[in-house]
Amino acid sequence: MAENRLGRAGMIALGAIVTILAVTGSAFVIAGANPLDAYTAYFLTPLTREFTLLEVLNKATPILFTGTAVAIAFRAGYWNIGVEGQLLMGAVAAAGIGQVVDGWSPIVVLPLMVAGGALAGAAWALVPALLRVKMGIDEVVTTLLLNPVALLVVQGLLHGPWKDPETGFPESPRIAEAAEFPQLSEFIPLIGRSRLHLGFVLAVVLILIAWYVLSRTSTGLRVRAVGLSPRGARFAGIKVDRTLLRVALVSGAIAGVAGVSEVAGIQFRLTEGVSPGFGYTGVVVAMLGGLAMPGVLLAGLLLGDLSVGASSAVRTLQIPSQVGDVVQGTMLLVVVGAVAIYRWRTTREDDRPADEGEPEPEEPPDKPEDAAPVEEPPT
Amino acid sequence: MMFFADIIAATFRNATPLVYGTVGETYTERAGILNLGVEGTMYAGAFFGFAVAYQTGDPWIGLLGAIVVGLIAGALMALMTVTLGANQHVSGLGLTIVLIGISEFANRMLFTGGSLARIEPMPLWDPLADLGGPLGTIANQYGLTYIAFFLVVPISWWVLMKTPLGLSIRAVGENPEAADVAGINVFRVRYIALMIGGALMAVGGAFITLAVLGTFTLDIIAGRGWVVIALVIFGRWRIFRGVFGALIFAAVYSLGLRLRITPGFEDIPNEVMLALPYLFVILALALSGRNVPYPGAYLKPYRRS
Repeated sequence: MAENRLGRAGMIALGAIVTILAVTGSAFVIAGANPLDAYTAYFLTPLTREFTLLEVLNKATPILFTGTAVAIAFRAGYWNIGVEGQLLMGAVAAAGIGQVVDGWSPIVVLPLMVAGGALAGAAWALVPALLRVKMGIDEVVTTLLLNPVALLVVQGLLHGPWKDPETGFPESPRIAEAAEFPQLSEFIPLIGRSRLHLGFVLAVVLILIAWYVLSRTSTGLRVRAVGLSPRGARFAGIKVDRTLLRVALVSGAIAGVAGVSEVAGIQFRLTEGVSPGFGYTGVVVAMLGGLAMPGVLLAGLLLGDLSVGASSAVRTLQIPSQVGDVVQGTMLLVVVGAVAIYRWRTTREDDRPADEGEPEPEEPPDKPEDAAPVEEPPT
Repeated sequence: MMFFADIIAATFRNATPLVYGTVGETYTERAGILNLGVEGTMYAGAFFGFAVAYQTGDPWIGLLGAIVVGLIAGALMALMTVTLGANQHVSGLGLTIVLIGISEFANRMLFTGGSLARIEPMPLWDPLADLGGPLGTIANQYGLTYIAFFLVVPISWWVLMKTPLGLSIRAVGENPEAADVAGINVFRVRYIALMIGGALMAVGGAFITLAVLGTFTLDIIAGRGWVVIALVIFGRWRIFRGVFGALIFAAVYSLGLRLRITPGFEDIPNEVMLALPYLFVILALALSGRNVPYPGAYLKPYRRS
């Protein structure tokens, strides 16, 4: 049995890789590049020089945050697709705090920035979460709709009160020096000249904590139980609504820190382009990582690699940068499809009812009337 | 008087892409599939509709191109969620990412550099021009708006509620096992629903490039697809309620745009006006979205055992 299953997993993985290569290879050919050169440029070249390698870690930083935010929420069956907007609110908070702390000590300012961004992200996640647990309103819709609203908040600030008084550009004034995330090259002599900053360290520490909490604590067990089966979790005495609310707030807070990291570590001001869709890329990272923290780390690094490779291939091979998005999206669809086939085949083999092997909770969690009769666990 | 006529006219115009999207998404969700690819499908419809129109010089052939792209997008979503039984949320988001990526890639390849590519947009139909006055203003609309409200909406209602195909779509969305026992090919019906839905969404996107703007710009859909998802729930999977929601959204949006150029309101930031309709939809969902009757097989893949 085991070998059989392993063999099938291998076949499905092979099929997935061939599909990805076929689709992305066609895109490269259309762009007028040799696919082999293109793959090398996209995935290998960034790893060959120290500067580009550090840039890979740099590009991975925001999507490690957003990937973690998405993965935690999805594990609990809470479909937070508003990470993009929560990130933007964190960026707004960072730019706001960063403008008023001139002359303060970084030891005070940096924690304040992170806390402020986390709070702002969590606040942006609060309304959809409350609507979901109190009234059963589908969080997919409300979190999605708040993304354009968050972008409008950013644009409103940048075209209004925060417009740069000197240049007149829609950019906030530069944040105070104390609010800037220190660059790692200042502390670690081994690291050469690079933009890599404190945000990367925070992201990795966060992933370690999230891994520990999710897989080694009773809190993590509750989160996973709610995600697997809200009804079952409720029978087991878990307060499902409270768990979902907390997961949503934590997810939003992490997304907010992603915004802080971009403002304090890279841009040093708020701009309209502070996030080129990091929130949505977070979904890709979370799913490629199998919603598990080690996977999120690997997937974030892989997409960071892809991002650096795609932008250098614009110069070296004249491949438009948009092909990078196509590669990313294709990988997501193929991997999600392959996982679905694998689970289906495996569960059928085991002669279990087919629907038990699904990755998502069996009950659409947004149907409160289903849940109501079992609200009170037998005591 | 003309103030209100302007806003009513703009409401129907701004509602048009949402109406196509909402009707399209209603087909797919009635069949049990949440298609979050709607944002990307509208985007691809907008771009490829424009690209085909630009190459052929005829916006109606462009519309045909958009429909083909929408059918393909729907089939791709069906491959993911019906054949493979993959997670619907993630498949839809992935489809959106891929379709926006492909559209922007193709935009870069076809229209790089040089001056802004433009087409002669679709003309306005003006059946009541002789009347003049407010009615003439309101009736002065693009053909695709007339087609949306007078053909697509009533026909789709009729198809979903009164025809065997519609019964099959609703059956596979409520209880695929029972539908299968009754001899309905669940997989085929879901493919059909997703492809009809995809075509309609793509037309909604193409309306913006082919009729309103006559050109393509990045971020052209700007979250309209997400609004559509909300409108379908607001409409409780009923065509006319969904269209009503689209009209309310478009009315708030149009009023906001009009107030910007109305004396006395210039001080309100543009962004507040633009954010209002989104907040309005969330409020509407909060007020009316309790205990909505989701299709029975919503989000559930079907497998024959």
